[in-house]
Amino acid sequence: MTATVAEHRLSLAGAVWQRVRAGAFGRLIGAVISNRKATSGLVILLVFCFLAAFPGLVAHDKPNAEIYQPSLGPSSAHLLGTTAYGQDLFAQLIYSTRQSLFIAVVAGGLATLLSVIIGVTSAYLGGLADGVLSLVTDVFLVLPAFPLVVVIAAYSKNGGDGILIAVLVVTGWSYGARQLRAQALSLRNRDFLVAARLRGERRWRVIVSEILPTMTSLIVAIFLGTTIYSVITAAGLQFVGLGNPETLSWGTMLYWAQNNEALQAGSPLWAVMPGVCIAMLGAGFALLQYAFDEVSNPALRPVRRQRR
Amino acid sequence: MPEVLLETKGLTRHFRIGGLRGRALHAVDDLDMNIFDREIVALVGESGSGKSTVARLLTMVYRPTSGEIFFRGRPVTQLRRRRDLLAYRGQVPMVFQDPFSSLNPAHTIGYVLVRGLKLHRPELGRRERQAEAERVLEVVGLVPPAQVMAKYPYELSGGQRQRVGFAQALSYRPKLIVADEPVSMLDVSIRIGLLNVMARLRDEEGVSVLYITHDIASARYVSDRVLVMYAGHLVEQGAVEPVLHEPVHPYTQLLLSAVPDPRAELGVTSADVGEPPRVVGPGEGCRFRWRCPLAVEVCRRVTPKLEPVAPGHEAACHVNAPSPAAGVAAEAAR
Amino acid sequence: MTAVLSVQDLSVDYLGQGGAARAVDGVSFDLGHGEFLAVVGESGCGKSTLLFAIACLLSPPAELAGGQVMFRGNNMVAMNDKQLRALRWRSLSVVMQSAMNALNPVTTVGAQFKDAMKAHGERDKEKIRQRSEEVLRMVGIDPVHLGSYPHQLSGGMRQRAMIAMALLFSPELILMDEPTSALDVVAQRSLMVQVKQLQAQFGFAVIFVTHDMSLVSHFSDRVLVMYAGQVVESQATRPLFEAPLHPYTQGLLEAFPSVRGPKAPLEGIPGAPPDLSRLPVGCNFSPRCRKVMPACREVEPSLYSVGQGEVRCLIYAPSGSQAGREPENVGPAGTEAVRA
Repeated sequence: MTATVAEHRLSLAGAVWQRVRAGAFGRLIGAVISNRKATSGLVILLVFCFLAAFPGLVAHDKPNAEIYQPSLGPSSAHLLGTTAYGQDLFAQLIYSTRQSLFIAVVAGGLATLLSVIIGVTSAYLGGLADGVLSLVTDVFLVLPAFPLVVVIAAYSKNGGDGILIAVLVVTGWSYGARQLRAQALSLRNRDFLVAARLRGERRWRVIVSEILPTMTSLIVAIFLGTTIYSVITAAGLQFVGLGNPETLSWGTMLYWAQNNEALQAGSPLWAVMPGVCIAMLGAGFALLQYAFDEVSNPALRPVRRQRR
Repeated sequence: MPEVLLETKGLTRHFRIGGLRGRALHAVDDLDMNIFDREIVALVGESGSGKSTVARLLTMVYRPTSGEIFFRGRPVTQLRRRRDLLAYRGQVPMVFQDPFSSLNPAHTIGYVLVRGLKLHRPELGRRERQAEAERVLEVVGLVPPAQVMAKYPYELSGGQRQRVGFAQALSYRPKLIVADEPVSMLDVSIRIGLLNVMARLRDEEGVSVLYITHDIASARYVSDRVLVMYAGHLVEQGAVEPVLHEPVHPYTQLLLSAVPDPRAELGVTSADVGEPPRVVGPGEGCRFRWRCPLAVEVCRRVTPKLEPVAPGHEAACHVNAPSPAAGVAAEAAR
Repeated sequence: MTAVLSVQDLSVDYLGQGGAARAVDGVSFDLGHGEFLAVVGESGCGKSTLLFAIACLLSPPAELAGGQVMFRGNNMVAMNDKQLRALRWRSLSVVMQSAMNALNPVTTVGAQFKDAMKAHGERDKEKIRQRSEEVLRMVGIDPVHLGSYPHQLSGGMRQRAMIAMALLFSPELILMDEPTSALDVVAQRSLMVQVKQLQAQFGFAVIFVTHDMSLVSHFSDRVLVMYAGQVVESQATRPLFEAPLHPYTQGLLEAFPSVRGPKAPLEGIPGAPPDLSRLPVGCNFSPRCRKVMPACREVEPSLYSVGQGEVRCLIYAPSGSQAGREPENVGPAGTEAVRA
C-alpha cells in the first residue's frame, strides 16, 4: 500500500520536474548545465560560496590575530606565509572571501535592478519619457568611477563599504540599462505584446509579466557582467583606500600589502594572492556569463541542429 | 433583417512619415463598411491596401485620424475609460498573423486563456474559468484540452498556435473576431483546417468574422461577402460569388486574372507588373488610375465613390460604375 | 537528350544534439536542357536544403551524407573551391528567396552587378556596363536603376534585379529558392511569365523551389513533390495536376480552394510533418495518410514507376511485393489527437 503511495509521489515529482524543465526557467537551467564553460564557472563560484559560508572549516587560524612571526615564507604551518603584522596569510585570504563576495553580489544585484527598471520602462513608455531616461543613462555611462570616488571621499568621512557599494551601483547600472532598453525596444511591437494590451492588461503588468520573463537570460547575463565589474572595481577602490581598510577583504589586503611594500620586502604572496582570488572570482562569473550569452543568442552556440 | 454589428463612416487613418514636417501616408481613407451578425466578411487587398490598418483601427490599437466606428449603433472611437475599452475589446478581439510571435514564449497556453478570462469575464470563478478555457480549446479542435493548456508555445505547431489565437478570442464571448491574415504564414495543407474553424465559429458559436487576407481563393472558400481594398480605399464590395464571377472594378478583375488556379487554363496575363500603390500624399482622384487600362480624364480629378451595380454589389469606378450625378458635374465643369 | 544536371542519390544530414536528422534522403533526378523543374513541398520537407546541396552551398550543421551531383558530366560534390568558382555564375546561378536579404543594402544595384562580374572573371568596365544594362532590360527594368539602392526599388523590382544578376553570364542552369514568396499575387504572376519568356529566349534550365504548388501549375515541365526529405512523386506537370497519384499530393492539391470552380467543403491533411530525427517506422507519411494500409507501417516504400513518372507509395508497388492491393480506408493512425 505504502509502496504505491510512494510510487505515486515519485511519479508526481517526476511530472512536476518535467513541467519545470519544460518552462522557460527550466530550459535555461538545462542549457546552462549542458554547457561546459558554465559548469566550470558554476563550480568555481560554488567553491567560493562555500569558503564564504564556512571559512573556519578550511582555515584554522584567526585571520586578524597578529600572533605569528611577521613576513614568513610559505611552510606547512602557514600555507602562504605571514603578513608584515604577523597574521596568517592563508587565513586572511579565506576569511576575506565573504566580504568580497558580498560586496560584489550586492552591488551587482542593485545595479542590475536599477538597469532593469530604467531600461525596460524607458523602452516601453517611449516618447518623451524614453528620451529623458536615455539621456540620464548616457550621462551615467560616461561618468568615470575614480574621479567620482575622489570627490565622494573628500566629502564623506570614511563611510566604509556602504559608500563603496553606492559608488559601484551608480557607475555600474547604465551599461546594462542600454542593453535592456535595446532588447525591450525590439520586443515592443511583437504581436504578443499588442495581444496583451488588447487582452486588457495594464501597462505595468505588461512590463512585469510579459516583457521581463522573455528577457530573463539577458538580465542574468547583465547581472553577471555587473558583478564582474563590481568585483574588480571594488578591489581597485579598496586598494586606493576607499572603503573601510579595517574590514577583511581581498581589496583591503592589497591595500595593506602595498602600504608595507610587500613585493619589495620579499613577501610577494601577500601582494599576489588576493589578486589571484579576485581574478578567479571574476573568471567564475565570466564563464557563467558565456553560457548565458550562448543561451540568449543562438548564433553563438556551438553547432546545434537547425530546423528548416 | 440581420442586425448591423459594426459600421464605419468615413474611417480614415494617416501616418506621418519623415519627421515633423513630413508627408502623410494615407493608409486608410474614407472607409464606409458594415458587418452583420453571423457572417464572415473577407477584406481582400495586397500590400499597401490598408487592410492591416483597418484591423488595428477596428480593434482600437490605433485611433482613427477621422471618421467613426459604430458598434451596435454606439460610437466607440472616443471611448476613454478603461472599463469601456475593455468591454469593447472583449466584443471585438483580434487574431494575429504570425503564429511565432503572437504567443509569449514564457507562458503556457493555459496562462494566456485564464488571464484573458479573468479580465473579460470576471463573473466566472476559478473552476468555471478552467472549464471555459477547455471548452474553447475543444471548439477550435485542440484536444485533449487539459494537455494543451499545460503546453508552452514552442511545443505547438504553427497551425495549433493559430487555433489558440481563435480560442482566446472566442473565450471573451465576442460578437466579431477580426482575423488579420490568420493563415498566411501557415503551410497550405494546414490552412483549410483553420478556415473550417472560422466557419464553425460562425455556424455554431454565432460569431461574425472579419477575415483579412490577400488570398482570394481562401476568401471565396470561407466568406459570405467580400470587400476589396486598394491603396486605402474600398473599391468593390458584395456577396462573394457575384463579385468574383462578375468583377466590376478593374483592380478586382486584375487580381482575379492573376490568381493561379491549377484547375483552369492559363488566361491572358495582363502586362501589369504589380507595382505597389501610391499612398504617400496621393491627392484627389482614383488611386488605381496609373495602372488602369480604362482610365479617363475624370479619374484624375475626382475620387470615385461606391455605386451600386446590382443589389448588394457596389464598385467605385468612374468607367464601370459611374455615378449618375458625376456625369452631369463633369459636363458642367467643362 | 543528355541531361544538363543529374542528381544521384543525394542525401544531406543535419547534425544535432540527438544525432543526425536526414533532411534530404536519397533524391535522384535528371534535368534536361531548358527544362523547368518545380520542387514543391511544405516547410521542413527538405526542398531548400536540396537546392543548397546542388549548388554546393551547404554549411554546418548541414552536411552532405552521400550521393553525386553531375553537372555537365562533372561531379560537383567532388570539386574543390577553385573548380566550383569557375562554374558558379558562369554556368550555374542562384536566385534567393528574399531579395532584401540577398542584396547589399548599402551599395547600388549596378555596383553589385559589377562585383558579381568581376568576381567571375570579367574586368572590362565597358563590357560590364553594357551587360548590366542588357540584363536589366531583359527583366523589364529601366537601366537607369543601375544607380538605385535596393530599398528604392519595390519588392517585385528587387526580385527581377536578382534574376537579372543571375543572368549576367547566360548560365545553363538557374536555381531559384521561392523567389516569389514575398510578392503579391499580381507581381508573382508577372514574374513567372517573365521567367518563362527568358527561358524560351535563352534556353536555360530552371529548378524552382516553392511551397505553393498552384503557382507552378502553368509554368513547369515536371514537378517533384517532397515530403520529410524524400521525393514522394515525380511527374510531368499536367498529369500530376490532373491525376495525382500519391495520397500526399492528392491531399495537397485538394487543400487549394478553387477560385473559379465549384465551391466544396475541403479537409486539408490532418496532423503535422514528422520530426526528422524521429521518423515513423515504414512510410513517412503513414500517420497522416487516409489510404494507409497495415503494410505501410512496416515497409518503407521505394519509388515505383507509374506511367511517365514515379511514386513512393505501396499502393503502386508492383504485385509480388508488399502491396498493390486495394487499400482499406483505415484512416490516419492518430498517434496524437491534437490536430495541426
